[in-house]
Amino acid sequence: MSNPVTATNGAEFTGIATVKDAGLQGMITLRGDLSSSVLGAAVKAATGAEVPAQGKVSVVESGAAAWMSPDELLLLVPYGEAVAKTAALAEALSGEHALAANVSDARSYFSISGAGARETLAKIAPVDLSPEAFAAGDFRRSRTAQVAAAFWMEEDGSFRLVCFRSVGAYMFNLLSNAAHPQSSVDVY
Amino acid sequence: MLILECPYCGVKAEETELSAGGEAHLKRYGPGSNDDEFHDYLFMRENPKGVHFERWRHANGCGKWFHAARCTMTMEVFGTYSAQTYEPPQEIKDKITAKRPGWSWREYSDASE
Repeated sequence: MSNPVTATNGAEFTGIATVKDAGLQGMITLRGDLSSSVLGAAVKAATGAEVPAQGKVSVVESGAAAWMSPDELLLLVPYGEAVAKTAALAEALSGEHALAANVSDARSYFSISGAGARETLAKIAPVDLSPEAFAAGDFRRSRTAQVAAAFWMEEDGSFRLVCFRSVGAYMFNLLSNAAHPQSSVDVY
Repeated sequence: MLILECPYCGVKAEETELSAGGEAHLKRYGPGSNDDEFHDYLFMRENPKGVHFERWRHANGCGKWFHAARCTMTMEVFGTYSAQTYEPPQEIKDKITAKRPGWSWREYSDASE
């Protein structure tokens, strides 16, 4: 078997925040009617999480479900189980107008933690990241400098960011630059 | 800087998160139409100073198309609304009427006149 590695292969940078390649993460794109109870049950079975409200992410121990658009979720599952879970989702949703696709190897996954995490992201995305506007459990798809990305805030105040794998190295450099130790703006 | 609220995901998206899709509410004239209709459909676009209706796509977000009503002169946004409509909803027209009495755009206008 091949040996799966991430685009940035465990890279890490520490400045005003710690930017880290968050490793291999199973990700499933699920499109369908989010109000359907069949879909809700399938999401629960695959991740353990409930279908999130608009603009939110529901994180549980073994996975998460994130609200991508009115008819799309991003499900996080353990990397090794992604293929089986995608098949199980397709099976559970066979009568529904829905589609599940395993995108684990098409994405890069980063964590941004530390005191300057908010600021690091705020520098590169046109998003209000003040504590009043963006709190734990909030999820946002947006633009980070020149590329599309999605990010959310964990309970501990750190951020997780997902982008296309093809721009994974760009994203790591971008985040590292925004987290440069002498670049603190101290707005948040 | 233009900030439009996406009616599908509720995000107040800044211009760089969106992509512009040109004029809204175009009626397509394809096979079977006459040359004049086809010409107008292809080339004749409004270029108003004032009230304008446009299509936008929340490209770096939920990916959905939506409509926006705004003023090209002051950049004021009157409102955004679903793409699944043939004409601006009454609520949007009322908002424009409140701020720009006497407005008109193609076949739509201030209904109180």
